[in-house]
Amino acid sequence: MLFRQAGILHTNYTQDRALFPIPADRWMIGGLLLLAAAAPFYMNSLYLSSYMLPWLVWTAAALGLNLILGWAGQFHLGYAAVMGIGAYAAVHAQRNGVPWEIAIVLAGLTAAVIGSVFAFAALRVKGLYLALSTLALQFVMDWTISHVPAISGGTQATLQAPDIRVLGWAITSDAGLYYVALVWCVLVTTFMLNLRRTALGRALVAVREKDYAAAVIGVNSFYFKLVAFATSSFIAGVSGAVLIGTFYHAVTPEQFSVDVSIQALAMVIVGGLGSIIGSYFGAGFILLMPGVMNAFISWLTAQFGFSLGIETLAHLPHALYGALIIGFLLIEPLGLGKIYGNIRDYLLVWPFGYVKK
Amino acid sequence: MDIMLLLESALNGALVGLMYSLVAMGIVLIYKSSSVPNLAQGAMVMLAGYVILAFANQLNLPLWVAIPLGIVTMFIIGVGIERVALRRLAGRPIIMILMMTLGIEIFLRAGSMTIWGGTSRPLPIGISDAPLFLGPLLINRAYAVGAGVAVAMFVLLVLFFRTRIGVVLRAISDDYTAAWSVGISVERGVALSWAISAVVATIAAVLWGSVQGVDQSLALLLLKGVTVAVLGGLDSIGGALLAGILLGIVEGLASIVLDPLLGGASRELVDAAMLILTIMLRPHGLFGRHDIERV
Repeated sequence: MLFRQAGILHTNYTQDRALFPIPADRWMIGGLLLLAAAAPFYMNSLYLSSYMLPWLVWTAAALGLNLILGWAGQFHLGYAAVMGIGAYAAVHAQRNGVPWEIAIVLAGLTAAVIGSVFAFAALRVKGLYLALSTLALQFVMDWTISHVPAISGGTQATLQAPDIRVLGWAITSDAGLYYVALVWCVLVTTFMLNLRRTALGRALVAVREKDYAAAVIGVNSFYFKLVAFATSSFIAGVSGAVLIGTFYHAVTPEQFSVDVSIQALAMVIVGGLGSIIGSYFGAGFILLMPGVMNAFISWLTAQFGFSLGIETLAHLPHALYGALIIGFLLIEPLGLGKIYGNIRDYLLVWPFGYVKK
Repeated sequence: MDIMLLLESALNGALVGLMYSLVAMGIVLIYKSSSVPNLAQGAMVMLAGYVILAFANQLNLPLWVAIPLGIVTMFIIGVGIERVALRRLAGRPIIMILMMTLGIEIFLRAGSMTIWGGTSRPLPIGISDAPLFLGPLLINRAYAVGAGVAVAMFVLLVLFFRTRIGVVLRAISDDYTAAWSVGISVERGVALSWAISAVVATIAAVLWGSVQGVDQSLALLLLKGVTVAVLGGLDSIGGALLAGILLGIVEGLASIVLDPLLGGASRELVDAAMLILTIMLRPHGLFGRHDIERV
């Protein structure tokens, strides 16, 4: 951000359409990647495995939801159910002796196939009715997972997830699991960054803006909605499987309930619709917020010498979480990604604020 | 299977369904006037229950004072929600509006538990537990009272829509731009519909609170309310009433027929299935307007 665009002149289309057209951005991304890759060496394992790892996996999941919500403009209230399908598929495949690398692809494919059922709702109705039907499908999936013993292993059951093995190499250390999450997150991010530049991405945006208009210019909205749902379900399924494999180590139906769907939705909304860096911010914000809030509240109570009941302490972070969603929608509907963009645009021309970027 | 048992559970189901339609009516009222699908209706019911209990238990007021006070409070809260949260979102994409009502849902649900705690507490309104016999059929007295109140509420709303203010609301729901251009204050009308739906939520809270106690489970009435509202057509109050009866009967029969087969808890599945089927087969519901856009 402490750089100027002056003197950066693109002389051909390839340069202009590069992923990061400004050299300073490339250096910054490289630096961030190095920092992320070196994290196990300077971060203690508590931070690594209980903050960084879920953050990366949830970012990947939020990016998948952003594909359907921010790019294709289709509401999805059953995203957690799709993640759950992937998680259960991977665990069952592994328990039946399928290697992890294949199990995780299977998880994605299963989720993509079942997730496309949601697409058929999207093909018939949209807006509110799509939201309600995906919500209903979430309940159906929840019910199916928890009531079919072949999937959940009986009611109230917890299925232990086998260890991750990559090329016959068991990954059990915190650092190893972190790298699995990091690789998946970087893969999804690269995919999403490139989506912007492809015909598929532009077609999705056309469908989002107005599907009739898209049809008029020859974009088959039926086909692209299906592709969007299948792709995002694939990402969801693999993210669910990675989440189970690296973070929870066991799978229960409650991990993918309707509340989790709303949480994923909150990540995308708070981060910003259609914003990639926003998904990072949103996932981090929603995941870290309860812990930070709890610490803040206990600091306050200690500071001012009053005490709160256990129930109050348990529910207050949730109430603030709801208030934050309301606040973001009122004040900055495009979320943290937009706030970041504003700051960046301001700094790019500082101190000559009257210059349009 | 006993035919009498089926008949009995269908009848009780219909009465419960009428109580569902109280929740659905609130959703319909708001949707009619502002096309906002209120996913916070369940949380409003729950908040209303807690507010009434706060008046009754913490201020030691008798229930017949606490309930009107609760209605007044919820009226103000309803206006407040519209003024603070939804008026500024007018014209925004439906994603934002849905997310806003979800945010309000989380905020109200967690907020009322922060203040009053999550343990279930009774709200006795003096309906005796003694069973009511209709011929050989056994009817739950609380459900019968609830169904009666729901029907009374429906009649009141129909009468209300014939008054001058009611006509204003009907004009807004018909075409708000036209209403605007003839000098109707659309904002005030929408605020009023939020207030009325908060009042309906309070009445639902009293009835449901007396049946199952006041706790977080009141907010789960949302799924039933949404299903009934969509099934009846999102902009038809009469539709909500009939759809409530229909859903109640289906649920009652399903719990007898399907529960032994599926190992219990088939009600939620039936709700979700009804919702999906309605949206797939007849998105405008039984009595809704036909102008819902198909893709």
